[in-house]
Amino acid sequence: MRHVSVEPPPFFHRGPSPLARLAFFGLISLALLFADTRYRYLEGLRTAAAVVLYPLQRAVQMPGEAASWVGSYFASKHALADENAALKQELLTRAPSVQGYAPLMDENARLKGLLEMQARFPGAARTVEVLYTGRDPFTQKLFVNRGAESDIKPGEAVVDESGVVGQVTRVFASMAEVTLITDKDHAVPVRVERNGVRSVFFGAGAGRAPELRFMAPSADIRPGDKLYTSGIDGTYPAGLAVAQVETVERDTGQIFAHITCKPLSGADRSQYLLVLGQGAAQPPRPEEPAEVESAKKGGHGKGRRGG
Amino acid sequence: MSLLPRTSSFAPARPEEILRPVNPWFILLTFLLGLLANLTPASGVMLTLKPDFLALVILYWCIQEPRYVGVGVAWLLGLVMDVGDATFFGQHALAYALLAYAAEYFRRRVLRFPLWQQAPQVAALLLLCALLVLLVRVVGGAPLPRWTYVIPPIVGALLWPLLSVVLQRPQRPMRSTAEL
Repeated sequence: MRHVSVEPPPFFHRGPSPLARLAFFGLISLALLFADTRYRYLEGLRTAAAVVLYPLQRAVQMPGEAASWVGSYFASKHALADENAALKQELLTRAPSVQGYAPLMDENARLKGLLEMQARFPGAARTVEVLYTGRDPFTQKLFVNRGAESDIKPGEAVVDESGVVGQVTRVFASMAEVTLITDKDHAVPVRVERNGVRSVFFGAGAGRAPELRFMAPSADIRPGDKLYTSGIDGTYPAGLAVAQVETVERDTGQIFAHITCKPLSGADRSQYLLVLGQGAAQPPRPEEPAEVESAKKGGHGKGRRGG
Repeated sequence: MSLLPRTSSFAPARPEEILRPVNPWFILLTFLLGLLANLTPASGVMLTLKPDFLALVILYWCIQEPRYVGVGVAWLLGLVMDVGDATFFGQHALAYALLAYAAEYFRRRVLRFPLWQQAPQVAALLLLCALLVLLVRVVGGAPLPRWTYVIPPIVGALLWPLLSVVLQRPQRPMRSTAEL
């Protein structure tokens, strides 16, 4: 052998064999996997460990941040002037609609007052910066630079300038994990802008188009229809842009139509996102009438309804 | 390799060379560096190409120094990586434990080959590891990833010769220039 280090002769005790160790640690891993995927027992442990790892994660991000800062500092004046001019032009083109906005807001407020509706997004909206995209190739996740310290809570909706990005799923001390709407089986209740038809938008995982499931083949949905959140789930406030319908396949042999969509938000392009507060939650669930309650308990309510 | 001068240290140790014993702190340092490399944010093409550096370092030490690094150490590092990647607890741990076991099983065979011939064998081990993760996740209900899923293990195998030379550097004996 090439080593100077002296290996003990094989007849000396060397602990359990590698196979026994693999079996032992493999079983623990499987138990952990089971506990984590099925029951989410280990979130506390994960949060604690994440706090320890956070300085390391920040440390490795610093060179990249420094490089981009230096890069932006030396960006040519010309490019900045161009961008400035373009922005000014855009401001001008938008001026008419913006001027019309204030009266509309007034009117909206009055109408809402009449209807005694809650304000749409009363909770505080906070800007967050995307730190990095998740490295796990099986899920669609983003990590942003604010967490529990900035009062971000799991379940809050995350949007960018063009539409819904996803929702906060895990909160660490100064970081939060955002699950994108394109993550597999992530559901967003939506409404078609054109005719108000309600549906549910399901993500399908990386590289696959999200779809509207459980829509009858006769449903009035066309390619190009825009989908907005309906707000039914209490997670996503109503009226946020979600996606655009791309293809509609109506196969009479199938129970449901196959409808694929294209998300409107630029989850892979936007650097800054907005986390919407949970203030826009649903009104409290109305109390069930006592009569119904007792009817339920009394075994299918036989003979109680009439009395 | 032949283009480099003969005095270059960027050649693997020849079999007749006697290596100095490894410093355990150096092993720990390389694990830390591997972890940092894995935690470095990447996106787009870099994310598709980025190999699992920590797995590579674990594989190297399991092959070279099985007395220090074995299944248990690999499993612990896997747990750390599970937190860093926010994946399910036990996923990386299981994969790294299997990797360490496979390395221990194949180490005498792998060491007989020159570095560039070791690379395909390393690729096979890393792909086995990736396959195990795929199996665990798909059983857990995850969708199948894109085909680019197999790229990082292959990139890792391509980096193997370079990594081996760099990690072996502190163990090479000091030689006087007169010898060369």
